[in-house]
Amino acid sequence: MDQIATHQDSATSQDWPVAIYRTLKDFSVAQVSYVPDAGHSKLIKLSHADADIKTTVLTTEEEGVALSAGAWLGGDRAVLLMQSSGVGNCVNMLSLMASCRFPLLTLVTMRGEWAEFNPWQIPMGRATPQAFEIMGATVLRLENPDDTEEVISAAASLAYDGDQQVAVLISQRMIGRKKWTKETH
Amino acid sequence: MSAPTGTLDRRTAVKALLADRGDLLVISGLGSSSYDLFDAGEHPGNFYLWGAMGGAAMVGLGLALAQPKRPVLVVTGDGEQLMGIGSLLTIATKQPGNLSIAVLDNGHFGETGMQLSHSGLGAKLEVIASGAGIRNVSDIADMAGIERFRNSLRDLAGGPRLARIRIAAGEVERALPPRDGTYLKNRFRGHLGFQVR
Repeated sequence: MDQIATHQDSATSQDWPVAIYRTLKDFSVAQVSYVPDAGHSKLIKLSHADADIKTTVLTTEEEGVALSAGAWLGGDRAVLLMQSSGVGNCVNMLSLMASCRFPLLTLVTMRGEWAEFNPWQIPMGRATPQAFEIMGATVLRLENPDDTEEVISAAASLAYDGDQQVAVLISQRMIGRKKWTKETH
Repeated sequence: MSAPTGTLDRRTAVKALLADRGDLLVISGLGSSSYDLFDAGEHPGNFYLWGAMGGAAMVGLGLALAQPKRPVLVVTGDGEQLMGIGSLLTIATKQPGNLSIAVLDNGHFGETGMQLSHSGLGAKLEVIASGAGIRNVSDIADMAGIERFRNSLRDLAGGPRLARIRIAAGEVERALPPRDGTYLKNRFRGHLGFQVR
């Protein structure tokens, strides 16, 4: 029995990961890589369960940037999942995407903003949009679960058709307040 | 304590690796590895990195997963691989049979003034790769070893593999490949039959 972090269920944190998954499928995404985050856990499970998506766990986020470049070279569309704390790790590797105009779609669950209890998460959370923007990436916000399909779809078009690097920042409010609970796994 | 450097000439070694390359796709790490690959012969199935230090093996993984029927070779240096050392663990989780990594190990950071690298100070990349879960590792110090490694590349069930190739630390003349990334990307995708839109 481990103590793990879960998130309180609320009316606003139900099925948006499923909506993301469906939208990624609509865009024929064939590779997903991630550094785990509780906010992405449902999407990660869906991805691993899908035999048509090659799902890769990373040791650090910039690996997923380089992986996305290689996937594109080989004809695959890739998505990188991370939490905001990992965005700073990617800065230099984003130069690969800018130099070659590689598409990058990354979905970032935010920490350090809405009801954050851990002060150590706040500086990188606060710097997250700028960390992308200084490298030329476009930052979109997903604040409302009802907008999920529309925002992810817009980001995917911008990335895969427009050859841009696009980060969708998923509001911490959507993920819910962090609670420590005991669960058996 | 510094590990003995090798005696293999890097250009000769890479040329031999690329001989009769067939449908081999190749990613090279920044610096001398990209020059070596270019010197071995221009090819649209080459993608030269000019930056993104630490990223070569992961670009190789993304490509290998997307193109499981093509052999993929990453040619890089000890310093470049050391910066992305975690990628060896990530590659091992996927066990891509078609991915091979050739680390040209001279124990030094060659582009920046020949400072000793961690490899030159004793780290053994092939042992690290093995510990990470890379199935097939080798430590190559002669041309016979290069030839064996080259012959193994087309066995798409035998990877992932990593070869530490002991090269001499001397400077060689620069051979500069194209450095327009968008051109290299589109050329590579065109080679694989993807339309450039």
